[in-house]
Amino acid sequence: MYRYDEIDRSIVSERVEEFREQVSARLSGALTEDQFKPLRLMNGVYLQLHAYMLRVAIPYGTLDARQMRVLAHIARHYDKDYGHFTTRQNIQYNWPALVDIPEILEQLADVEMHAIQTSGNCIRNTTTDPFAGAALDEVEDPRPWCELIRQWSTFHPEFTFLPRKFKIAVTGSDADRAAIGVHDIGLKLVRNDAGETGFEVHAGGGQGRTPRVAVKLRDFLPKGELLAYLTAIMRVYNLAGQRDNIYKARIKILVETMGAEAFTQDVEAMYRQIRGRDLAVPAEEAARLAAFFPEPSPSTLPEGVSDAPGYARWRAINVKPHKVPGRAIVVISLKPRAGAPGDATADQMDAVASLAERYGDGEIRVTKEQNLVIPHAIAAHLPAIHEGLREAGLATANAGLASDIVTCPGLDYCNLANARSIPVAQALSAALFDRGLDEDTQDLTIKISGCINACGHHHIANIGLLGVDKKGEEVYQLTLGGVADNGAAIGKILGPGLTPDEAVEAVAACVGVFRRKRKDGETFTHTLARIGFEPFKEAVYGQ
Amino acid sequence: MRAITANRLTDGHVVYRRADGIWKPSLIEAERFADDRAAEPALDAALRDILTVVGPYLIELDGERPGGRKHVREAIRLKGPTTGTSLLYAQER
Ligand code: HEM
Ligand code: SF4
Repeated sequence: MYRYDEIDRSIVSERVEEFREQVSARLSGALTEDQFKPLRLMNGVYLQLHAYMLRVAIPYGTLDARQMRVLAHIARHYDKDYGHFTTRQNIQYNWPALVDIPEILEQLADVEMHAIQTSGNCIRNTTTDPFAGAALDEVEDPRPWCELIRQWSTFHPEFTFLPRKFKIAVTGSDADRAAIGVHDIGLKLVRNDAGETGFEVHAGGGQGRTPRVAVKLRDFLPKGELLAYLTAIMRVYNLAGQRDNIYKARIKILVETMGAEAFTQDVEAMYRQIRGRDLAVPAEEAARLAAFFPEPSPSTLPEGVSDAPGYARWRAINVKPHKVPGRAIVVISLKPRAGAPGDATADQMDAVASLAERYGDGEIRVTKEQNLVIPHAIAAHLPAIHEGLREAGLATANAGLASDIVTCPGLDYCNLANARSIPVAQALSAALFDRGLDEDTQDLTIKISGCINACGHHHIANIGLLGVDKKGEEVYQLTLGGVADNGAAIGKILGPGLTPDEAVEAVAACVGVFRRKRKDGETFTHTLARIGFEPFKEAVYGQ
Repeated sequence: MRAITANRLTDGHVVYRRADGIWKPSLIEAERFADDRAAEPALDAALRDILTVVGPYLIELDGERPGGRKHVREAIRLKGPTTGTSLLYAQER
């Protein structure tokens, strides 16, 4: 993993001290709420319905056992014994007291963590494939490039006051487990005919109120040119992006207004103008960063076997192939039957830390599906890992199945929400489990957002639910056909809005239609393309 | 009817304003006002109370419970998250 250098360390600890003073100033009345609010947001502190919320950055979703233990400690001592892992590969605490937050930030800083750039109109935490450095199908490990972007963008003066927040995602494999098509900038590592690796560059994607799939600017960008090209995109956006209307301020709107071609031309022109020494990434620098992410050593031990209850199913569903012999990728589902998606208790976090330490080189990932991953598990120890997870209540064998539901916090916590998300997911999860609807649903995605900001990624779900407020009542719009990864697509509305209970039944009905109508090996998208919306409409609305 | 609510500055917890200007977690104790107009002086005082609370505002009441367009949101603020309970929670109460 990347370790802080002295500069990172001093910046982070200065920020903690600064925030401690700002909190004192607010408590003494020296700062008004209007003055304080932007300062707390810059440190990841929001005010939600029942309490403050602290969002902690987990750079590109990678953390080690030591850091996970600190996250557990914070949950135990400053929160209600749990934390919520999010679609942005971060963690949010729902209940910290303002007066405790400086102390929390100090403890995070001790393990090189912080809440900077988790809010505001800056370049946010870069996200990537949770299987980075482990995936069998990977062209190259994207993490060194995420780290380069992190170092380049953190506190970059030119990009601190962008028209709007800015999100970059990088994937190292064609399967694209990072949803690059719906980010402001999406990068995919590819190999050209000459055998060199470089980036396919996409820009202008996003979710929220106007979901858009990114356009491709370039098929191949030499790796050393990454910062020059990113700077060119940022500069075109920073100059031309609309600042007077927050609904039009994202780069997706600029790309759409200018047209993909004109936007690409402007970026290319800017790139030609600024490329060169300052922005070039020398091969030595790339190698230096890559050295922070060594490949795990192969293991010669044979894979473990077990006849423990549930082992075979868990092995088949939650364990993925690793590029290094004798290793395996373990997905830890945070979606037990009727659980709150993405929530983990302090004890569970500690358990994951111990298992990763004992059997997986101490490394842990957070996924945008709100699960955890032990990316470098030693295959010989899979039975022991399963046993440990079972004891911690973390052995649910549903990674990537329908019940692996993604949700935002919704109206149970969020100040912007129109409707609840988590209880709908809980009821739906129970229905899928109890009616056997979860079987054979590999890669079927269900995602729920409590308002049009789309934090729950409903637009890019095969089956999505969006909560809206209809004359003071919670109503849900059901969408079908969204795709997150590898060929992103935005879902389309199926029909009239539904009450919470109807929404649960409607999604279950759609899962049922898919299971009945799908042909061998078809994904939901294939089936939907073949049979159309009608069978789903009939099942939901009975026409 | 109306009442005044806010989040407590130190921990963000939901509070309601009593007639004596003290903020309490229970809605039962909150001062009641016939309408927005009648609540104006108390709301002005609440807005000046920046050392105690953040963002005071008026809520509608329907008898003893939160009412009006924001009734679900305000019921959840009053009672806490509904996760892990019946979907009908907010309405049932
Ligand atoms: C609870 C406090 C939260 C607040 C106040 C909040 C606010 C917002 C807002 C205003 C947007 C729309 C931005 C825009 O369209 O320009 C947004 C988008 C988003 N948020 Fe959140 N959010 C919250 C929690 C979360 C959580 C818990 C997650 C992850 C589960 C999340 C992930 C995202 C994602 C992925 C997007 C879409 C990115 C895009 O616009 O393309 N947010 N959020
Ligand atoms: S989608 Fe809306 S309700 Fe859900 S977390 Fe985001 S802002 Fe809140």
